Amino acid sequence: MIILSPLGWLGRSTLYFLAATGRITLFALQAFSHIFRPPWYPRELFNALMQIGWLSLPVVGMTALFTGGALALQIYSGGSRFNAEAVVPQIVAIGMVRELGPVMAGLMIAARVTSSIAAEIATMKVTEQIDALVTLSTDPMKYLVAPRVLAALLTVPVLVGVGDIIGIAGGYTVAVQSLGFNPAAYLQNTVDFLEPLDIISSLAKGAAFGVIAAMMGCYFGMASGRGAMGVGRATKDSVETAAVLILAANFALTGVFFSL
Amino acid sequence: MIRMENVTKSFGQKHVLRGLDLEIPRGTSMVIIGGSGTGKSVALKCVLGLIQPDSGKILVDGKDARGGDRDAFLARFGMLFQGGALFDSLPVWQNVAFRLLRGRLKRPQAEAREIAVDKLRRVGLTPDVADLLPAELSGGMQKRVGLARAIAADPEIIFFDEPTTGLDPIMSGVINDLIREIVVEMGATAMTITHDMTSVRAIADNVAMLHDGVIQWTGPVADMDASGDPYLEQFIHGRAEGPIEAVR
Repeated sequence: MIILSPLGWLGRSTLYFLAATGRITLFALQAFSHIFRPPWYPRELFNALMQIGWLSLPVVGMTALFTGGALALQIYSGGSRFNAEAVVPQIVAIGMVRELGPVMAGLMIAARVTSSIAAEIATMKVTEQIDALVTLSTDPMKYLVAPRVLAALLTVPVLVGVGDIIGIAGGYTVAVQSLGFNPAAYLQNTVDFLEPLDIISSLAKGAAFGVIAAMMGCYFGMASGRGAMGVGRATKDSVETAAVLILAANFALTGVFFSL
Repeated sequence: MIRMENVTKSFGQKHVLRGLDLEIPRGTSMVIIGGSGTGKSVALKCVLGLIQPDSGKILVDGKDARGGDRDAFLARFGMLFQGGALFDSLPVWQNVAFRLLRGRLKRPQAEAREIAVDKLRRVGLTPDVADLLPAELSGGMQKRVGLARAIAADPEIIFFDEPTTGLDPIMSGVINDLIREIVVEMGATAMTITHDMTSVRAIADNVAMLHDGVIQWTGPVADMDASGDPYLEQFIHGRAEGPIEAVR
């Protein structure tokens, strides 16, 4: 028994993981299909665009600003060990655009948007508002899920783009104010070094992370258990899963763009 | 007419409905009573398709409730949920007019608002409530708004899930009277779930008692007190002793 119990646990965990993957995949396919099929709810989409895009700007911007500043300091400190301090503009630019900009924005969106969507939809489920929607001839997938996923798909790449710029500006400010870099030369080096593929990969990652964040919030909200504990668990699970999937997707997408 | 034939539903090992048979003639008010956790809400949600039964038939006017045009089917129903289930983010009038602002029953916004205010007035609420959010209302007012939403599109069939739960006795009386008046004046078929015996006497034409997943007794409300059924008598009189096991 003692020998077999870990195997049993492994089997159960594998089955649970596969079943959850299947459920999430089906949910995602359903959500995407509802984006393209009427009826559409423009007011819900507008609200989601504001909540996910516009209102996330401060937190994404602040995160990018501090990350860019810290990155400049780290690169300067590391580079000085082999007389390569001059690479600060280039490494800040590529580091922010290809990696830290999208990942930090994705994780902040997971913290802010995924949790909020999951808690809202789970509360609606617990208080029978989802059932009420159905009895009022309104499909919750169309009314609640599709607008949020579409809004995240459209706005998170923009947020990532803005975050990239603010992050580079953070690095620029630190480099110019504290590390003695020439402002014009810093900007010129940044612009010269970045390639179109760097920016495309950044925005593509943003779109993928946005969809993951919104989808996980919606899925765990709709699958919530009863009561306050159900809402709490749905919120926690949604943020954990979104964060891990964002990092996993980042690795996969980086591999894809690396091979181009 | 609503007819449920041998409907079963289990959740894991728990058998909630074990072959439920029930008939609600058109234009009558049926009240389903029974202890907590006996499957009353599950039965109601099975009719609406919110829960899929494991087996059995559910017919509305002779047609299978699970087949055909789902939107057209649901457009015939109104439902008052136990907790109101009002949408927090929408003002009261948009809650009431929800069905009239979208889908096949869509009307111009001004007309939908006018209907919402009219329905609010019908349930005893003044027009100034229309622009408040549900969170700004008391429990009794939320129940009235839920009732106004249930009747907003003049449904043929109205379901009431524990309409007086959580209300004081006077407000319960007001809601019971409103439900009765509205059902009579609309000529609607009504199905109510409750364990409040005052509601039963105020609302019902017919009563069905659900116990252990089946209908234990059903008949006109006037026959209820002289039914001779030990389960029903224990429930009506709220006795701890009897065939229904009470957990102490």
